[in-house]
Amino acid sequence: MAILINEDTKLIIQGITGRDGSFHAQQMLEYGTKVVGGVTPGKGGSDVSGIPVFNTVRQAKQATQANTSIIFVPAQFAPDAIYEAIDAELDLIVCVTEGIPTLEMLKIVNYLKDKKTRLVGPNSAGIISPGICKVGILPAMAFSKGKVGIVSRSGTLTYEIASHITKAGYGESTVVGIGGDPIIGTNFIDCLDMFESDPQTEAIVIIGEIGGTDEEKAADYISKKVTKPVLGFIAGQTAPPDKRMGHAGAIIAGGKGTAQDKIQAFEKVGISIIYEPEEVSEILAKFLKK
Amino acid sequence: MKIHEYQAKEIFRKYNIPTTQEKVAFSLVDAKKIMQELTYPVVIKAQVLVGGRGKAGGVKLVKNEAELQSAINSILGMNIKGFIVKKVLIAQAITIDQEYYLGITIDREKQCPVLITSASGGMDIEQVAQTTPEKILSVAISPLLGLKSFQARNLGYQLFSDHSQVNNFVNIAMVLSRIFFELDCSLVEINPLVLSDNKLIAVDAKIIFDDNALFRHPNLTQLRDLDSEEPSEIQAKNADLSYVKLSGNVGCIVNGAGLAMATMDLIKRYGSEPANFLDIGGSSSPEKMREAMKIITQDQNVKAIFVNIFGGITRCDDVAQGLLWALKEENINLPIVARLVGTNQDQARAMLSNSVVIFAETMTEGVKKIMKILKG
Repeated sequence: MAILINEDTKLIIQGITGRDGSFHAQQMLEYGTKVVGGVTPGKGGSDVSGIPVFNTVRQAKQATQANTSIIFVPAQFAPDAIYEAIDAELDLIVCVTEGIPTLEMLKIVNYLKDKKTRLVGPNSAGIISPGICKVGILPAMAFSKGKVGIVSRSGTLTYEIASHITKAGYGESTVVGIGGDPIIGTNFIDCLDMFESDPQTEAIVIIGEIGGTDEEKAADYISKKVTKPVLGFIAGQTAPPDKRMGHAGAIIAGGKGTAQDKIQAFEKVGISIIYEPEEVSEILAKFLKK
Repeated sequence: MKIHEYQAKEIFRKYNIPTTQEKVAFSLVDAKKIMQELTYPVVIKAQVLVGGRGKAGGVKLVKNEAELQSAINSILGMNIKGFIVKKVLIAQAITIDQEYYLGITIDREKQCPVLITSASGGMDIEQVAQTTPEKILSVAISPLLGLKSFQARNLGYQLFSDHSQVNNFVNIAMVLSRIFFELDCSLVEINPLVLSDNKLIAVDAKIIFDDNALFRHPNLTQLRDLDSEEPSEIQAKNADLSYVKLSGNVGCIVNGAGLAMATMDLIKRYGSEPANFLDIGGSSSPEKMREAMKIITQDQNVKAIFVNIFGGITRCDDVAQGLLWALKEENINLPIVARLVGTNQDQARAMLSNSVVIFAETMTEGVKKIMKILKG
């Protein structure tokens, strides 16, 4: 089953002719993702690794029946690329671009409210349903098909934790990087809800970090709606206040958004806390058979 | 990006928000010259990019030249939470009938900007919100429409009974919203907004710009005060590295912000303190790794270095190359533990096999090795 992406995913890549876009087009193709097209205005008619390039998302969708897009467009032009994909009524947009102005993102998430399109990101490492489909920049070797759903605000930290789950033999159903920005299209709760109703997923790992209150809200949701075992990791216990820790969203502002608050919120509702990445497999062993 | 009060007030005046009459002084000579235009009493305010200057003694009311002299001498050069005061604002003192708070910030939870106001101005607004939340009034602003006058009016009538005061308040709120949207702010704040002889005047001002939007406001970047930033953090920014200096003794170089934070936390968990946060970024280059080593080793507190790389797009051999360059070019006598897994890990290990670098298989093992070295 998996969530968000599967064998029916037909992907186009916005910004396919750029350095990152063309590299990851190849990577996703090799992984088995159905990459049906790319979009770069002005480069329509050409191809990248045999993938046809179109001038507009509408043209690409019409020619390929694409339902998903991944965006590698630079921050300056990424908002327009997102609007274009929403206008073409794609089901899912994954935005990898980092550094989009916050006000642009506020406009986008508000514009999205009555639209059928789901946005994951921006500043997202993407999504992988191991063995089936990859829409993102995640390194394939960290993942294997299995039963643990992961939702995370990070990239490499996710690969780190997933690699222990993979090594222990549990594998992952789907891994979703929701992005390190303060304003994002899909949050923890959206993914928890999907994992809860996905039969392939038997346990959920949620990887949060300092900044905002999304982890606290997720904890509240888990206590009310999630029956599957949930494990939680929070990065940034040693982060100083009022300093941005790499991700635009990772900042303790006005004393709010500390790792301690988030860990407490998790503990209060019975989420098993992972203190060291490699502990994840021991904790999973309490809930799952291999 | 934070700017100083005097810079924020200049923006306010450009947008016709009334402020106190004021000028910046870098020395006593400047201050005396400024006093030819202002009349005592005036307020001397330290210009530093950190809150709590009042409590630290960085704000003084002076009534004559003798007091001016002693205030300037004590405030200039003062250390406020690690920031050295290099300039002061000299502002005309005004009568205060009432102090208000007025600000716009981003509510991450509601995913919109929010206008916040309170009749409890002049205090730390976060504290007011915590102790007396009923004194905080707020309204969500549509990112697509901006602040509407009626929204500001609704709040204004809860704060003022006089129609003309409500109108003044609404005008200032609307302008503040314009500044917020036009300049891509993450915070604009007037605290306090003072009612003085029936007029509303911005007595203090704070603006923070969204770093991610500075590319479309090239004129704002010249407001950056490089003196107020950690020199090593500026050096890192110029090399496209994400670096935050901390006070511990274990330097760390990591790829990815989340993994970098998790690495810091693990160092603390095993009994030491991280010296920094450093993310070399997604797509690696040996040059960036070399620069990262330079920055870390400049920190005299650093007693050991932990390199933690989970290679994906980042290639371990690139990291190894940068490490080798740094070891060759710089005089580095610190123990280095490296945990390099993922893309091209075997090449990386081969490259480093004749170096001083100690290998670890996992991040926990790496941190344990660091602890053992530190304990001798």
